Amino acid sequence: MTAHDIYLIAPEIALAAVAGVVVVFDLLLRDKRLLPYIAVLGLLVPTGFAAVLWIDVGAESSGALTGLFDTVVVDKFALFFKFLVLSIVALVVLGSRDFADRFHRSQGEFYGIILLSAVGMMLVAATKELVSIYVSLELATLPIAALAAFMRDERSSEAGLKFLLLGAVSSALLLYGMVLVYAFTGSTHLDVIAGSISSGSVPFGSNVMLVGITLIVVGFGFKISMVPFQMWVPDVYEGSPTPVAAFLSVASKAAGFAIVLRVFYVAFGSVDVDWSALFAVLAVLSMMVGNLVAILQSNVKRLLGYSTIAQAGYILVGVAAIAASTPDGGVDGLGPSGVLFYLAAYAVTNLAAFFAVMAIANRTGSDQIDDLAGMAKRAPILAGVLALSMVSLIGIPPTAGFMGKLYLFNAAVSSDLVWLAVVGVLNSVVSAYYYLRVIKTMYLAPAESEERITYSSPVFVAVAVSAIGILLIGVLPGPLFEITESAVRTILPAG
Amino acid sequence: MLTATLFLPLVGALLILLFVNGPRVRLVAAAVTIVELVLTSVVFYIVYQDGTDALQLVEKATWIESLNVQYFLGVDGLSAPLVFLTGLLGLSAVFASWKVEVRAKEHFFWLLVLQTAVLGVFMSLDFVLFFIFWELELVPMYFLISIWGTGRKEYSAMKFLIFTIAGSALMLIGILVLYFSTGTFDMTELGNRNLTDLLIPAQMVFFLFFIAFAIKLPVWPVHTWLPDAHTDAPTAGSVMLAGVLIKMGGYGLIRINTSMFPGITSDYSWLLVTLAVVSIMYGAMVTLRQSDLKRLIAYSSVSHMGLVLLGIASLGGTGQVSAVGLNGAAMQMFTHGTITGLMFLLVGQVYEKAHTRYIPDMGGLASRMPFLATALIVAGLASLGLPSLSGFVSEVLVFLGAFEVWSWPTAIAVSSIVLTAGYILWMIQRVMFGPEKPRFAEVGDASLVEAIPVVLLVASIIIVGIYPALITDVFSSTLNPMVASRFG
Repeated sequence: MTAHDIYLIAPEIALAAVAGVVVVFDLLLRDKRLLPYIAVLGLLVPTGFAAVLWIDVGAESSGALTGLFDTVVVDKFALFFKFLVLSIVALVVLGSRDFADRFHRSQGEFYGIILLSAVGMMLVAATKELVSIYVSLELATLPIAALAAFMRDERSSEAGLKFLLLGAVSSALLLYGMVLVYAFTGSTHLDVIAGSISSGSVPFGSNVMLVGITLIVVGFGFKISMVPFQMWVPDVYEGSPTPVAAFLSVASKAAGFAIVLRVFYVAFGSVDVDWSALFAVLAVLSMMVGNLVAILQSNVKRLLGYSTIAQAGYILVGVAAIAASTPDGGVDGLGPSGVLFYLAAYAVTNLAAFFAVMAIANRTGSDQIDDLAGMAKRAPILAGVLALSMVSLIGIPPTAGFMGKLYLFNAAVSSDLVWLAVVGVLNSVVSAYYYLRVIKTMYLAPAESEERITYSSPVFVAVAVSAIGILLIGVLPGPLFEITESAVRTILPAG
Repeated sequence: MLTATLFLPLVGALLILLFVNGPRVRLVAAAVTIVELVLTSVVFYIVYQDGTDALQLVEKATWIESLNVQYFLGVDGLSAPLVFLTGLLGLSAVFASWKVEVRAKEHFFWLLVLQTAVLGVFMSLDFVLFFIFWELELVPMYFLISIWGTGRKEYSAMKFLIFTIAGSALMLIGILVLYFSTGTFDMTELGNRNLTDLLIPAQMVFFLFFIAFAIKLPVWPVHTWLPDAHTDAPTAGSVMLAGVLIKMGGYGLIRINTSMFPGITSDYSWLLVTLAVVSIMYGAMVTLRQSDLKRLIAYSSVSHMGLVLLGIASLGGTGQVSAVGLNGAAMQMFTHGTITGLMFLLVGQVYEKAHTRYIPDMGGLASRMPFLATALIVAGLASLGLPSLSGFVSEVLVFLGAFEVWSWPTAIAVSSIVLTAGYILWMIQRVMFGPEKPRFAEVGDASLVEAIPVVLLVASIIIVGIYPALITDVFSSTLNPMVASRFG
């Protein structure tokens, strides 16, 4: 291990250190309310390292720095996810400020574990070797099992256990798939795997790889809450503390898609198996199951749980659109770039929704949709932001969600997957029904009490930042488009 | 200029949301819409002065570089009268909401946002921008119906939204297919291209757009959202819905379907003409049976919007194709906007005073409210196509144009005039005349504030009726060259 290796994973090391610092301050400080501020301040350090790496990588002709025995690659793709995860973590830490009061003496652990999970998520986007991928994925998911069970009541324990058990099963399948791939190609390095596939040196031809690839898809499918591996989602969302559900729904999903893109574009790009069609089918299933079941929900957290399954389906449209190219033959990789864009748009949108729900439920003590009645009066700002995020989840302009869908469906059309885009837009129509129900309840149903909903200023900042994010990405998407396009350029096959 | 015209209502809406409270809200809203009416009149005048099919007041800037999306606004003879109509009805809607007490601030906020959204649809010449405004209009209308409406308002609002969003979802696919096949979202450029070699058959693209616009217009059999939404919406909502929102459908059909796919329009004109005649006759017959005043006017819109489609269908068929029918279709959009806007305005005021919309319960109101009764008679006569009122001009143009190429279907459609005369006159007779009823003894006439939009709209109906060239010249300045170059 050289100094260069340490430099490459400096953001992760710094973030782990911040987690430790937060736990130490938890012991020293009497006023636990300062902890989120300390955590957010601490996050500036890994962000700084990542920014330095971004500049450094940009100067590199290959666009990537590799190290740690060729297992870690730092390119703009990896850095995009580092920034995304760091922003999500900062917002979640601020947004859970009021909720964390319920944890009494273990607030430091709560923030610490979230930060540790984020370390795994940042790392996973930067790995290019199967064993490191597995290890960093576990680092990302195991802390979440602990977080899900953080409330120490029946529901929460069930959520934690469920997440742990199903996570373990999916990890086992993932490992088994990796073993098969290793057996046929003789390497765990993604680029070597790609090399032996394209040179035709895989015994029995590349079709036998399909078994391994399928098992890997199953393993990743769990992380990104894709149908048919979504069964854990509603229960875990409902049972776990709301900030954890928020974190899980956006950060875990981002990390999952990061590794899906990396593995499938770099290693299996030349497999003679139409995995684009596989992802297209999975996308359709996720959208339909998520949207149709969401209609029946009465609990906001469960609703958001099913909604996140449907949203995973939309993002899979982008994964399926591998053959995307612009009509004039210009920038390639519209599909993966759309995935990155949508992940960012989805992150601000879903976080805004969760923060608003969390702030309201913190006062009313209920997660039922019906108990949102009259919130337009009791909490005008929260209701407005929640309504905005619902509009964005439907995909109505001028919001981030609309731009994201425009981008993804455009990628689908340009890969000749018009039917998939049609299924996608029709699903948005179905989803309008249940997302609007939330808005309808807040703005039309009479309030049960006149009491105003109060919340602390960190929560307000988190709500406001994510709401501004929704509008900003919706109205001025240009800069983000350019960033995602330059980020995916490094993982696309040359030429 | 166009940017200012477009965003003034939105700016006003934000001002109201953030800074204005209490009774001053409606004053600010009124001020904004008055200025807006002036601005839209200027826009209209500039296009009128020009008299060619050139785009006026163009504003163009790169918006999203990587997708080649532009901020591209402009008006021509097709859009300018509709922009003016939006200004006129936006003002009427604000005055129609003068007495809204419940959550007044939100009401005016959404009303102004709605105005910007509709104006955006008529001014945008980039498909992404067009689509954004097209969808943006949903949210304010949803709230207007579901919060301030009457009856089954939540059901109607949801139905309105789901129908429209389903149509626009298909339209989005059409837009993306066009973009992928041509590399541009620029509507003027797409209009000049030969759109035949697309990713999917051009006929499919045509129908992706057609369904979206047919829902909006609305055309039988996808009209069912309209009676519910119009009936249950508050007065201002009905005025905007009937006056300008459904015109977005006709506008889209002319701007996109006919001008970008002329060949397919004439190939499928048999389908358009069938749908048009069914809409006209079915709408008129159902209208006859209505006993709710608002629902009656709502169904009459289905019939009248069928005329728009009939005018468009006159671009195909056997015989010499001319631009007369299309001019009539465009004119019908404008005149129906003012006439039906006025009708909903009047019905709203009558309902407010008489507390009923159930026609059999009404009667003898003319003596209690002579001003409103007169206005309703003017609107009614214009609606049934009395010469010297604006409705006559557009009906004659549509029938003339359509008869050339579709004589039998047009002959059937013309017979709807009898039905229209029937339901309009019968309605006026039952509501305004007949014996005075004691329950209406205390009912008064319109106040000054209520009278302002009524006078404006009545004036426009009469002026356009007497001197229709004011509007038809503008429409034909764009539509005649369009038809000549694409259908000649």
